[in-house]
Amino acid sequence: MNKTVTFRIWRGDAQAGEFVNYTTEITEGLVVLDVVHKIQATQANDLACRWNCKAGKCGSCSAEVNGIPKLMCMTRMDTLNTDKPITIEPMRAFPSIRDLVTDVSWNFRVKTKIKKFNPRPPDAADGTWRMMQEDVDRVQEFRKCIECFLCQDVCHVLRDHHKHEEFIGPRFLVYTAALEMHPLDTEDRLAELKQTQGIGFCNITKCCTKVCPEHITITDNAIIPLKERVVDEYYDPLGWLWKKIRPQG
Amino acid sequence: MAYADTLPKQRPFGSTNRPDAWWLQPLAVFLGFSAFIIYSTWAAFQGVGDMHNHTCSYWYGGNGANYLSPFYSPEFWGTSPHAIFGSILPAWWPSWAPFSPAFLILWIPGGFRFTCYYYRGAYYKAFWADPINCAVGEPRKKFLGEKSFPLIIQNVHRYFFYLAALFIILLGHDAWKGMWFTDALTGKQHFGIGVGTVILTLNTVFLAMYTFGCHSLRHLVGGFLDSKSKAPSCAKTYNCVSCLNQKHMMWAWISLFGVGLTDVYIRLCATGKISDFVFFILK
Repeated sequence: MNKTVTFRIWRGDAQAGEFVNYTTEITEGLVVLDVVHKIQATQANDLACRWNCKAGKCGSCSAEVNGIPKLMCMTRMDTLNTDKPITIEPMRAFPSIRDLVTDVSWNFRVKTKIKKFNPRPPDAADGTWRMMQEDVDRVQEFRKCIECFLCQDVCHVLRDHHKHEEFIGPRFLVYTAALEMHPLDTEDRLAELKQTQGIGFCNITKCCTKVCPEHITITDNAIIPLKERVVDEYYDPLGWLWKKIRPQG
Repeated sequence: MAYADTLPKQRPFGSTNRPDAWWLQPLAVFLGFSAFIIYSTWAAFQGVGDMHNHTCSYWYGGNGANYLSPFYSPEFWGTSPHAIFGSILPAWWPSWAPFSPAFLILWIPGGFRFTCYYYRGAYYKAFWADPINCAVGEPRKKFLGEKSFPLIIQNVHRYFFYLAALFIILLGHDAWKGMWFTDALTGKQHFGIGVGTVILTLNTVFLAMYTFGCHSLRHLVGGFLDSKSKAPSCAKTYNCVSCLNQKHMMWAWISLFGVGLTDVYIRLCATGKISDFVFFILK
């Protein structure tokens, strides 16, 4: 069913910008990215928009649709109220480059600061390891991350308080959890988590979990377990005593 | 140029492009928590009058029943038959300070809920607007999170869990006692079920479902291990706690209102406003 809908799209760069209204006809089955491409093709040839796979797997088309961080390619038009103008704007936790495109390179710089995977010596003579599936089930959830950075965008510690120098954000807490909880890994990342990566800044709003397009249970399965490991190490005198009496492997 | 200077400016409080009723959830949480805090405080202070007047508004013994309000359990000093040390206050309690049996114990479940990971996220939004909801502007520019004092104290949560788990045993014991009705003539106790028995039992079950879905417990029973296959009992316990943990928010709310309504019911019975209906007593 065809319908004429108004879109308010942010046009501008790091210095200045404004919302510009575009009215276009939508048809059944469209996603927001389709509409942005249509507007780009017919009304605003210079509209900047980053995209790649159109399948929710590359994490390129992250933006804010009606104020909520979403992948434009996975946001179906029939899930939005088209009776009112639909707002599309760039992510707010990163510097604007132009229109809907932001500079997310800060994330890649953060990633380089996290201690890399450091496996124990191989279990077999051929240099391979043996793992039980149930031991890797937990970290496999974290490996679903497509690095769209929507969780970083919605996290108020970055979005509103701009703690980029002190807090690595939910994406990299998930990344750290995937390494820290890996059955082969031998590295200890708890000191960095507490001191320089700012896990204490997370106040468990669960906004990151709500916006994750891969439905990773970021807060409950990654961040809170990491917080508990930090508590083990720094805030639990009885736990400390227990470890002294009965060391764990 | 500092990185923060390249970012979009912080939006003012309440500013958002969300067209939905984003304020509804924090408002509902605010009203729900406020209602419970106000009622539980009032209920706790009723014990002050009970101690002064030698009455008991938190325990019901009509028809041989034995229902103790969960706000007053365990009862160390008080006016009900459950009082471990009777109704005479200890010498160390300051004479100028009002005393209610609830004062000695409510800080434990209160502390458990206050430091609970679910509640933290909920009341930071509803009471402190930090943030008031996802992708909505905040009222403050400064943010310390749980990294510094005072909120760094939230890390004590597992210790409150240890105490809260003890409470489940005690409340289970109270529910068990609620299943025994004393015959006024013979003084013998007979097994029976009244509405109060059902309420006390359900209250304990709801609280147990909430308490044993705790994130700290989930960590302590197996979450701390990277290779749970080497500890099968830890793995099974971890899976059980994880199962409850997935519905932690639901159990948090059900148990919160459950414990409040249990107190309401027993209080109404104890003050003669309503009568407890007994389904059967085996004699």
